[in-house]
Amino acid sequence: MTDLSYSPASSGSSATKIALRWGLYIMLGLFALFYLMPLFVMVTTSFKSLEEIRTGDLISLPREVTLDAWRTAWSGACTGIQCEGVRPFFWNSVLIAIPAVMISTLIGALNGYVVAQWRFKGANLFFALMLFGCFIPFQVVLLPMARMLGLMGLAGTIPGLIFVHVIYGLGFTTLFFRNYYVSIPAELTKAAKVDGAGFFRIFWSIFLPLSLPIIVVTVIWQFTQIWNDFLFGISFSQAGTQPVTVALNNIVNSTTGVKAYNVDMAAAIIAALPTLFVYVVAGKYFVRGLTAGSVKG
Amino acid sequence: MAPILEINNLFKNYGPVEILKDINVAIEQGDFLVLVGPSGCGKSTLLNCIAGLEPITSGKMAIGGQDMTNVSPKDRDIAMVFQSYALYPTMTVAKNITFGMKVRGIDQAVQDQKLAHVAQQLQIEPLLNRKPGQLSGGQRQRVAMGRALVRDPKLFLFDEPLSNLDAKLRVEMRTEIKALHQRLGASMVYVTHDQIEAMTLATKIVVMKGGVIQQIGTPAEIYNRPANLFVADFMGSPAMNLIPAKAKANGAGMQIEIAREKGDPIVLTDTRNQDLPENVILGVRPEDIADAAIGRGGDTQEADCIIDIVEPAGADTFAVMQLGGKHVTARLHAETTAAAGTAQRLAFDLGKVSYFAPETGLRLN
Repeated sequence: MTDLSYSPASSGSSATKIALRWGLYIMLGLFALFYLMPLFVMVTTSFKSLEEIRTGDLISLPREVTLDAWRTAWSGACTGIQCEGVRPFFWNSVLIAIPAVMISTLIGALNGYVVAQWRFKGANLFFALMLFGCFIPFQVVLLPMARMLGLMGLAGTIPGLIFVHVIYGLGFTTLFFRNYYVSIPAELTKAAKVDGAGFFRIFWSIFLPLSLPIIVVTVIWQFTQIWNDFLFGISFSQAGTQPVTVALNNIVNSTTGVKAYNVDMAAAIIAALPTLFVYVVAGKYFVRGLTAGSVKG
Repeated sequence: MAPILEINNLFKNYGPVEILKDINVAIEQGDFLVLVGPSGCGKSTLLNCIAGLEPITSGKMAIGGQDMTNVSPKDRDIAMVFQSYALYPTMTVAKNITFGMKVRGIDQAVQDQKLAHVAQQLQIEPLLNRKPGQLSGGQRQRVAMGRALVRDPKLFLFDEPLSNLDAKLRVEMRTEIKALHQRLGASMVYVTHDQIEAMTLATKIVVMKGGVIQQIGTPAEIYNRPANLFVADFMGSPAMNLIPAKAKANGAGMQIEIAREKGDPIVLTDTRNQDLPENVILGVRPEDIADAAIGRGGDTQEADCIIDIVEPAGADTFAVMQLGGKHVTARLHAETTAAAGTAQRLAFDLGKVSYFAPETGLRLN
């Protein structure tokens, strides 16, 4: 009771409280503005004509909104000798990211299920090694992986890139699922065993239906990683199989003469849209899923 | 007929640690076996071994006369109720109960009919379409029982099924489980750390400590003739009084002398037992010490004792005194005249006492 009077917050008048609250909002607003500024410049620039960019102000709104830059970025910009925009590469990225996300999530879920619920000799060591895999810098594995892809006949192909992303995603997906499943009481598995269910039946009927939050987390994480990947994309692709990140780099770096900033900006936004979309659609599940294990139901 | 469950020389190790040592138990059809002991005594591990959820290190186990030592849980014809109920959280109550049948590919019509029967038996019909998260503790408990009942197995296994319930509900469910056992005539193995649950439910009790069976017997045997000091102390509430005493042979029988801080020692003469060693521990249940004035049958001998504390508990009054350097509790009538600090003439029922060897803790008589 006595420390109520001690608290400085309650001793202040309500006017001070309101002022503090407003101060907080203004600070937050400023931070938001600061972070949104580059996006603002990107978006406005992408709607301007080159003429206007040259003569106008960087942060002014476009005098005349034009979609030319977007059209060019999508289907006309040159990436080296090829001038088809980012479109073909965008589809490459889709073809790489979607199967790679699905496969790595599914295998991660199975791995996590085994490590958390079907303890075997050496399970801890296995999991530790998986974790270790999360921290290996990708540069280290470039050469061995190139050699391996060559041996497998997958060098420079989209299945090859899917393979690489699945392998390097497994550490994280296993970690996510293992941490989620470890909080599920072992008695659940025991009950299902007594009921007559086997390994896959228990996974399919009991664990997967419980896993929506962690699946969302893993899908967002994996999709962001794979979609935004540049290093593997540029190392293990060839003309025709490059992902959108590589194409974006080529568009920006291979223009000769005047820099088409509006096209660059439009291409960059196109390349970033899918990850943005995934966050907006599934963002609330992301936060919920990350904290799901820590809260008792 | 072969015993419904037979365990021979079962050992269970985790690495170098011995969890269960030389377990031998057999029960007949319709028996209610309770495994009881303090936490960490291995009782749940033993139950998991019976279920096949834990492999055993050595030994043999048969259910219904068939060797099950290396058979997987699903083929043992058992059903199990878990402490946390372990209901499948994403399935409705109905699906929880029928999951086992669904896995085994049992005909849908049979499933529906069995579900309806069990739901009616346990009065959970209104809950069938709910998810476990929407149920109270007692309701979850019933559903977990339903999931076991619907299987109609040779052997039911219960792993501390009542310990997550509040005290009142626990007593209700205890009665219900007992009624269920009587109605079904099913064989059950039940793990608990609660000795009252063990006494009330069991037809046969196994008392365990440190992975070793201390005693196997009916509740009456365990209660009246505990095999050692651990069992004597563990079973019964308030616990059996264990009083250090000196035994001397005299013509009629043994003279039992209990030292007191103040006054002369109490001397009791036991005519039933001979050949006791000099140092013994005398075990007397609180109810075997009564008001001498009220009197009771049996082979009683009286002594005056100074009462230190009087604890009325409604139906009974507990009187605590100091004998042989130990607190000794007597269960007296509610109307007793005993008062703290005064002497009371008490009758010790020598027909029911136990003697233990102080060194080994083993029963002597």
